[in-house]
Amino acid sequence: MSTSSQLLNRRSFGRLAAGVAGAAGLGALSACTTGGGRPSADTPLRIMAINHVWSQAIRRRTKEFEERIGRRVSMTLLTADQLASSYNVKLNASGTDVDVMMVRALQEQLLFAHNGWLADLSDRVTQDEDFAWQDFQKAPRDASVTAGQVLSVPVVTERPALYYRKDLVQDLGGPPGTLEELMAAAQELTDKKKGFYGFVGRGQRSGAVSQWSSFLYSHGGDFVVRGRSGIGTPEALAAYAYYGGLLARTGPPGATNMSLEQAMPIFAQGKAAFYIDADAIYSSFLDPKVSTVRESVGFAPFPAGPAGARPHNIPSWSLGISKFSLLRDDAWEFVKWAAGTEMTAELQKGGIPGARSSVWSDPKSLASFPPDLAEAMRLNAERGLGYDRPRVLQVGRARDIVGRPLVAGILGNDVRPVARDADAEFADFLVRDNRHKES
Amino acid sequence: MSTTEVSPARAAAAPGTGPAPARRPRTFEQANRRLKWTMLAPALLFVGLMIVFPLVYTVNLSLTDAFGAVNAGKAHVGLQNFADALGDTRRFWPAARRTLVFTVGAVVLETVLGLALAMLMRKPFRGMRWVRTVLIIPLLTTPVAIGILWLLILDPTNGIANHLLAGVGLPRQEFLGSVSQSLPTLMLIDVWQWTPMMTLLLLAGLTTLPEEPEEAARVDGANGWQRFRHVVLPMLGPTLATALVLRAVDALKTFDILYATKGAGGGSDFEVETLNVYAYGLTFDYQEYGLAAAVLVLFTLFIIGVVVLLRRRGGRKTA
Repeated sequence: MSTSSQLLNRRSFGRLAAGVAGAAGLGALSACTTGGGRPSADTPLRIMAINHVWSQAIRRRTKEFEERIGRRVSMTLLTADQLASSYNVKLNASGTDVDVMMVRALQEQLLFAHNGWLADLSDRVTQDEDFAWQDFQKAPRDASVTAGQVLSVPVVTERPALYYRKDLVQDLGGPPGTLEELMAAAQELTDKKKGFYGFVGRGQRSGAVSQWSSFLYSHGGDFVVRGRSGIGTPEALAAYAYYGGLLARTGPPGATNMSLEQAMPIFAQGKAAFYIDADAIYSSFLDPKVSTVRESVGFAPFPAGPAGARPHNIPSWSLGISKFSLLRDDAWEFVKWAAGTEMTAELQKGGIPGARSSVWSDPKSLASFPPDLAEAMRLNAERGLGYDRPRVLQVGRARDIVGRPLVAGILGNDVRPVARDADAEFADFLVRDNRHKES
Repeated sequence: MSTTEVSPARAAAAPGTGPAPARRPRTFEQANRRLKWTMLAPALLFVGLMIVFPLVYTVNLSLTDAFGAVNAGKAHVGLQNFADALGDTRRFWPAARRTLVFTVGAVVLETVLGLALAMLMRKPFRGMRWVRTVLIIPLLTTPVAIGILWLLILDPTNGIANHLLAGVGLPRQEFLGSVSQSLPTLMLIDVWQWTPMMTLLLLAGLTTLPEEPEEAARVDGANGWQRFRHVVLPMLGPTLATALVLRAVDALKTFDILYATKGAGGGSDFEVETLNVYAYGLTFDYQEYGLAAAVLVLFTLFIIGVVVLLRRRGGRKTA
């Protein structure tokens, strides 16, 4: 091959350079247009949601909404961790490819508000009378407000329920009404040699914190007391010792690796007598495909501790609108439709608990729930506190700190030294978190 | 032949070019020099965009107090994040220790088993093709699927592993549910997944070795172990060193299987939290981007250090 054929004269080199620069320029220009231009009629309304029965039910109904607004809806369902990571990546890049965001108001909202990622919905929720913002239960509604701005609208609410085996508690006089009775009954029914456990519950350091919150409140404690760490108080120590002891003495092996996904099948497979977790998962125990206890499962309110029965009643999932969305009006139409009274009533009749008081007060909306579960939900909602984790910017780090003594308790260790250490760490953390809030 | 030699000749051969020969060589030389860069440009651009830019960006981020959102305002804090990370005895140093323990434990086992399997498979035997196919199955499976599969098998209450153990009268184990058993269990899962790769690499190395030295040793009366230890192993040195470096770097960076089985934070007592898992947690759970970037820079230096060490050792052995 002649090398002369590889040579370029100045003109052709100039052409090549201009071509490369032009292509790069066009590429950059088109990227800019896609990112900041006016969306076309073909641009879908993009909804990112948790893979949850609520989202699945909404996805089945989106055709009706598409016809109403004349725009295609694209709904992506992910696990909670994937969803959080996706928001981090997309919104850190000010991505316009997210319009409606399903968020955990208590986990992410403060941070997202700090980052300026959520659009302010205050005017929209109050100006639209049909939307009836005041109809939302107070605790979930309060959790939607950050620094005086409504940043999300609750769509799924959650309280802890005591799931129990009716056949096993008959001789004990029914389900336990107090935490003391729960401990005694669980110990009596535990037979570890035969692989049967009195109690099962979440035991993962971070994952268990939200369920443990009801035990903490019912012992008279709280995560933060008068602006300071509350996890070193005698009440918190008692709650740590109780929950850790309950799982250590009556729980299955490997409890510290258990989140909802691991704990729930143990009860569903008939290997535990009691299980405390979100009431929203009750249908798993009535599904013959995954449950062997559908005939014998019973539902009861959260048992009372030394400070009474004080479970949480939280908005587990809410809808927000991305501040970078170019389709904010359509996104609001979606929120109105999906969180409206009509849809909430329809979904609640199908067994998905929403956040609207009018729907909860309508007996028809509770008809699909087993009667004892409906009663437990009603009582827990009445008694419930509106949060189940520390209300801070860095909820992930806070949960990791708060959960450490829990793990010590589950492993059968003395919780006091670990709680002391965690208390000091949490106190430092609160100072840093406040500094971040002010920045 | 260089193009500078061709150009004047070509210019002289062209009729009626007049004064051109004086200018053309320079023009062609310049164009040719540019041509090299033009041809290299896509690769350089790719390296610049995909490797250099993220590295520079991460180093720059590590010198800031970036928190919450990377595009939010951030202040330069110098080496504070590095000081914080290196002074963190609760999470950073235990994570560094676990990274090293996991890598050394898994890679040593994989090398020994991989070499043993490669020696067994060196000579053709019936069903060899089947054995090779079965061997590569773990390699082809996605790590997250492997994680979920083992999570189900090793579930302390409902998993099949404990049913089998109970069936032969052995005590039930907690496996991944236990704080103390999790890291060894994950090392064994890694061994299950990656030993076949070591086997295939070493098998490829073994097939290229000349047979004469081993034959000569056999004639001289060397037994099997002596032939392996003093003839085969030294000849296999370069392949072994390359396989070790490749596998060690990969094992140091292990993330997917740890995250799939133990979740964020590497378990309730951070029992399998390696530097990679720690940096992920700092980024996605804590949104402490500045500190996370510093940990990643330190982690990269750590990996480079291990590679240099292994290459030096490998080089010394093969020299």
